[in-house]
Amino acid sequence: MGVPLGAALAACGTSGPSPAGGTGASGSGGNAAAKATYWFLSTQPQEGVRTRAVERFNKANPDGQIDFTTMQNDAYKTKIKTAIGAGQAPTIIWGWGGGTLRTYVQANQVEDLTSWFEENKAVKDRLFPSSFGAATIDGKIYAMPAETMQPIILFYNKKAFEKIGAEPPKSWGDIMALVPKFNAAGIAPFSLGGQSRWTNMMWLEFLFDRIGGPEVFQAVFDGEKDAWSHPSSIEALTKMQELIKADGFIKGFSSITADSNADQALLYTGKAAMMLHGGWTYGSMATDGGDFVSGGNLGYMNFPPVEGGKGDPGNTVGNPGQYLSISSQATPEQKEIAKKFFATTVLNGEEVKEWADTGAVPIVNGADSAFAGSKDEDFLKFVYNIASNAKAFAQSWDQALSPTAAEVLLDNIAKLFQLSITPEEFASNMNAVIGS
Amino acid sequence: MPALLIFVAFGVIPLVGVLFLSFTSWDGLGVIQMSGFTSWRAVFADPGLMHALWVTLLVMAASWAVQTPASILLGVFLAGQQRYRAVLAVLYFIPLLLSSAAIAIAYKALLDPNFGLGAGLGIELLIQDWLGEPVLAFSVVIFVVSWQFIPFHSLLYQGGVRQIPRSMYEAAEIDGAGRTRKFFSITLPQLKYTIITSSTLMVVGSLTFFDLIFVLTAGGPGDATRVLALDMYKRGFQANLMGPASAIAVILVLVGLALALFLRRLGGRDANASQMEGV
Repeated sequence: MGVPLGAALAACGTSGPSPAGGTGASGSGGNAAAKATYWFLSTQPQEGVRTRAVERFNKANPDGQIDFTTMQNDAYKTKIKTAIGAGQAPTIIWGWGGGTLRTYVQANQVEDLTSWFEENKAVKDRLFPSSFGAATIDGKIYAMPAETMQPIILFYNKKAFEKIGAEPPKSWGDIMALVPKFNAAGIAPFSLGGQSRWTNMMWLEFLFDRIGGPEVFQAVFDGEKDAWSHPSSIEALTKMQELIKADGFIKGFSSITADSNADQALLYTGKAAMMLHGGWTYGSMATDGGDFVSGGNLGYMNFPPVEGGKGDPGNTVGNPGQYLSISSQATPEQKEIAKKFFATTVLNGEEVKEWADTGAVPIVNGADSAFAGSKDEDFLKFVYNIASNAKAFAQSWDQALSPTAAEVLLDNIAKLFQLSITPEEFASNMNAVIGS
Repeated sequence: MPALLIFVAFGVIPLVGVLFLSFTSWDGLGVIQMSGFTSWRAVFADPGLMHALWVTLLVMAASWAVQTPASILLGVFLAGQQRYRAVLAVLYFIPLLLSSAAIAIAYKALLDPNFGLGAGLGIELLIQDWLGEPVLAFSVVIFVVSWQFIPFHSLLYQGGVRQIPRSMYEAAEIDGAGRTRKFFSITLPQLKYTIITSSTLMVVGSLTFFDLIFVLTAGGPGDATRVLALDMYKRGFQANLMGPASAIAVILVLVGLALALFLRRLGGRDANASQMEGV
């Protein structure tokens, strides 16, 4: 009896934007010509690449069209969940994989694509093997990896380093030694958009990996009891607070948001010397930062090793891809259209080229051949090498965990960075939600 | 009858739905499962609820204490018939025309310690970590809320003051009462019901502050400005815990009703008694 009420409540929420074609996104069959629906994120230049891919598909397949609707990031996250809960999902569900995908799977809302990938081996083998981790739930594949991968990168302002006559850090010890030097020169060592919380999380992801290896967080993900109390975990949390106490981050970092790109502005205006951030910020710094990127003032490197740490310094963290799932509520015709789209259009040659032009690396083996001649060639090759050489490409924690655990995590990370809880308190707060 | 139907459809049914959901566990996606008092126990065992309740009460008290005196004084001032006051009144009401989200975005940009007003003009005093220190962030929230709503409450008081019969003041003047005396002995007592109305709006309204705080601080730093409504949103729509979020929604409704009733009581038994002359 609960379900109809749930559906009714969810339907009351928002009616949302209507699809481009004007047809209801209800996924109910009966229309004369079958049309699949597809929702994805707005914001250029990514929106343009997605739109053109769909347009190419529609041109080539007049009898099996895809209607698309674009939405803003945060609005989309709420809308897609409501729509799926109400059985009104689009045929193709765009997402980040991991913990959120798991909730869809548990509610039986997305198609199992394992056998489809076995029949279409060529589709699977073109893509980075590391991109399938976040699409795989309990050994079955529920999403097609798509678009680009975005490792977290340590960016730095070369001019700031010239000013104090220092070299980029090669270890955690170097970082701690650089902090007082930059502060003395009136430059903040690190920029950070701390109000967004996941920005802080990227630091912990690297510290955990460098100190204890990927196994430490894997234990959390696997639901092992008291996994957050692992000695490497406590050490990483302690080192984090040491950096904060040493004024490693710009004053007022906890009120800066990443959405406004103010954290990037601090780096390219020279107010901060370094910034740990997603690879996607390269594109926006190139657009907003004047000649900062084109003038060769932006440096980038993988996160340096921590002395005595067990983790491989080649490991990286971030988003190993974006993910396209098929709604199990869609009609058989719609599902066929979606699969055809996956097999023929997603990440085909033209799309790979377009993604590379946005300054991002598509998750296709040999994509580096598309970088030649691009103005961002060096950066693209750097990212490609990180991703192809990494022994472990860990998914961002907030995407990997269930939404419930992720919210508690982000909350506690914010408090850890405020220094209002100790590493031990952090661990015990987090241990309480392991497996939820 | 139509009004009743609308009230039932959009007021009562959702309320019952929320009450029902608070006794279930639901992640917004899957099957709704009855779970008895689990959500309620989880909510009450969580120190986060008490904290959010405390922050909400602080916001309520502080914004009332700041807004009421300011609104009364402004209202009395604007009730005068002089032309320059009418001009000023128009200016004062501008914040009322802006949406909360727009106000929050504007203040966030102005208060940015690196790119905001202080840094732009080079005024040291303004370069503070306004939204990054718990006490400062709380104060900023109160300030912005007051900035936004004082115009509205001034409008209420302006109307209230204009209702006071001139003859009362004339009588007082004959008795030799000064400005201050007139204000405390006539204006303020005559505004009693306006004060109650305005306070009810403020108090109940501050229970539901969401958009402004969400955009301005997102409840931060840490949980320094996480009010109950924000806590509910985060639990329900970010953590996918619809059960506990519904429980908080029910608590919000109860607190709101209790406060509204309490304030009506203050208005008291003589609510229908008139203090007008000749009635």
